[in-house]
Amino acid sequence: MAEVNLRKVVKRYDDVEAVRGIDLDIADHEFIVLVGPSGCGKSTTLRMIAGLEDITDGDISIGGDVVNDVPPKDRDIAMVFQNYALYPHMTVAENMSFGLRLKHYPKAEIKSRVTEAARLLDITDLIDRKPKQLSGGQRQRVAMGRAIVRNPKVFLFDEPLSNLDAKLRVQMRIEIKKVHQKVRTTTVYVTHDQVEAMTLADRVVVMNKGRIEQIGAPNELYHNPATRFVAGFIGSPAMNFLPCRLEEAGDKLNVRLTDRLAFPVPPLRAARYKNIPRNEPLVMGIRPEHITEARPHAEPGVEPFDAVLDVTEPMGMETLVYFTLEGAQLCGRVNPNAAARVGAAMRLAVDLNNVHLLNETSGVVLGRP
Amino acid sequence: MVDVAFQQNRVQGVRRAGKRITLRNALKRKSTAAFLMTLPLILLIAILVIYPAFYAIHLATLNKAMTKFVGFGNFQFLFKRDTFWMVVEQSCIFAITAVIFKALIGFIVAHFAHNIPSRKQRKWRGMLLVPWVIPPAMSTLAWLWLFDPSYSAFNYTLGAFGIGPISWLGEAGWARFSVILVNVWFGAPFFMIMYLAALKSVPDQLYEAAAIDGANWWQRIWYVTLPMMRNIIAITTLFSLIVTFANFDITRILTAGGPLDRTHLFATWAFKIGIEGSDIPLGASVSLFMAPILAVAAFFILRDVSKRGNEA
Repeated sequence: MAEVNLRKVVKRYDDVEAVRGIDLDIADHEFIVLVGPSGCGKSTTLRMIAGLEDITDGDISIGGDVVNDVPPKDRDIAMVFQNYALYPHMTVAENMSFGLRLKHYPKAEIKSRVTEAARLLDITDLIDRKPKQLSGGQRQRVAMGRAIVRNPKVFLFDEPLSNLDAKLRVQMRIEIKKVHQKVRTTTVYVTHDQVEAMTLADRVVVMNKGRIEQIGAPNELYHNPATRFVAGFIGSPAMNFLPCRLEEAGDKLNVRLTDRLAFPVPPLRAARYKNIPRNEPLVMGIRPEHITEARPHAEPGVEPFDAVLDVTEPMGMETLVYFTLEGAQLCGRVNPNAAARVGAAMRLAVDLNNVHLLNETSGVVLGRP
Repeated sequence: MVDVAFQQNRVQGVRRAGKRITLRNALKRKSTAAFLMTLPLILLIAILVIYPAFYAIHLATLNKAMTKFVGFGNFQFLFKRDTFWMVVEQSCIFAITAVIFKALIGFIVAHFAHNIPSRKQRKWRGMLLVPWVIPPAMSTLAWLWLFDPSYSAFNYTLGAFGIGPISWLGEAGWARFSVILVNVWFGAPFFMIMYLAALKSVPDQLYEAAAIDGANWWQRIWYVTLPMMRNIIAITTLFSLIVTFANFDITRILTAGGPLDRTHLFATWAFKIGIEGSDIPLGASVSLFMAPILAVAAFFILRDVSKRGNEA
């Protein structure tokens, strides 16, 4: 087990820069998830750590040793692929033990390691089957078993759950977390699914266009995003964005959406925003759960407003309401009993204690703590 | 009276309708339709393959003048002749050696072609297929000139190094070598294209998984490429074995079986005896010997293919 360090790592294909200078320090035992839309460079980064892609520039070190020119087999890593990449002509046991057999481990040790991994993953009964006789979930377990028996310094997962159906994905997600809690191997996990990223990671690395947008614990990313991209990517339904400007109203600070509509900024937030120029165009970001039905005894900072509903989506425990406010399409999450009908006006409330203000052009979230 | 007649009519009508429905059902059944659609081809095969095959068996049981039934007489005669056993041996050596080298060269060249970037690969693939596309009778003529003992490019080049001249087609050993060489030259592109297709169907991630598992270049070929290509290799080998075993044109043009029958194959010897020697029944018996030998090979190779069919 070991830490992994990336220093100014660049990957260029002819004239396309897939990864544009990434710095990342992964601690020993840590579970890191790289997340981002397709084409953001997350898989390329993982494959560079694995040694399956050459590095154009920068350094990658595993356990303190720079591995830029070390072939994959000598990096002491194990990788789980999206399509499992099991050898179809080998049984489960042969698949799992392949790496150990190539390294000429004693037969008894191979057997004990395979048995142990099979027990851990609950695939003991499948050990003599061929991959074709297994279901998708079972194949993914075997692929993980193949990684575990090697007892490598680092586990690399490349979208391992993308080929599974939704229910199995949730189940395997828990399995992966369980396995990591037991074996504690440093793990780098790539996914485009932000829910997977949030649930699995010790720290999430959000990538976009070959750069790291933000690194942080799942809750930190959710509640304290650094950029508009992170704010919009993490969380489902996505954060609402609408144009606004700050204005002084006596000794208070208002966030003005339009000529007719402005909300007072709560004192705690106002303190953060004291250096932001007034009356300049900004973007306000607010998560759907911070737009709810208006309640009789509102907490400080929760401000009511009226809106006509365009669409409602009953989810059971809550109802998502979509409405247009001054030209912007917004989403709120309300109590199912409180939701009005489509086309009807509804009194909603926005919780300004959780508002984010963003620079209109750069998308940087302003006044972060 | 009228009522009864009317009823009878009705019964008949119903019966006729019932028959029509079953015929329509039969036509609707997929297997029936499939059979009818393949019927022209089945008939064609029956006329062009099955009839000549049985006719050959019939011919093989006649005497030289084709007037008397002699049973296994022709075969008994063949078994007693040394030339026959030499042809058996030569055919086996020729087919097995040529197929091994064709497979080997095809495999190596397929690997090189596979690693060429896709845009250039098409050009190379096209050029590498040229030997297989030229009619062998024509390309073998070019080889015949290359093998000429006095004026050929081969002997001229070797002469520059102080070697030779070699009598390529005049000495038994060299003649066998030359015949096999041309056959390999002609047949290797077929293996190349089949193996290239098979190589393309192996998922890249298997190689990546193997690379991470610690396999070197050779181990990746041995543990991933070859097992993934086993079926293609088996079928291609079988197919090529049949075609090579029955080869006629290359040997006929290069050596015509000489020197002293040392390069005769079943087909060329059958031609020599049957057509040139005017003993058609004996020629037919020689050519019939190919069938059982190839049937045994086909049995063993295809048995393994069906066994492995459910793996991939």
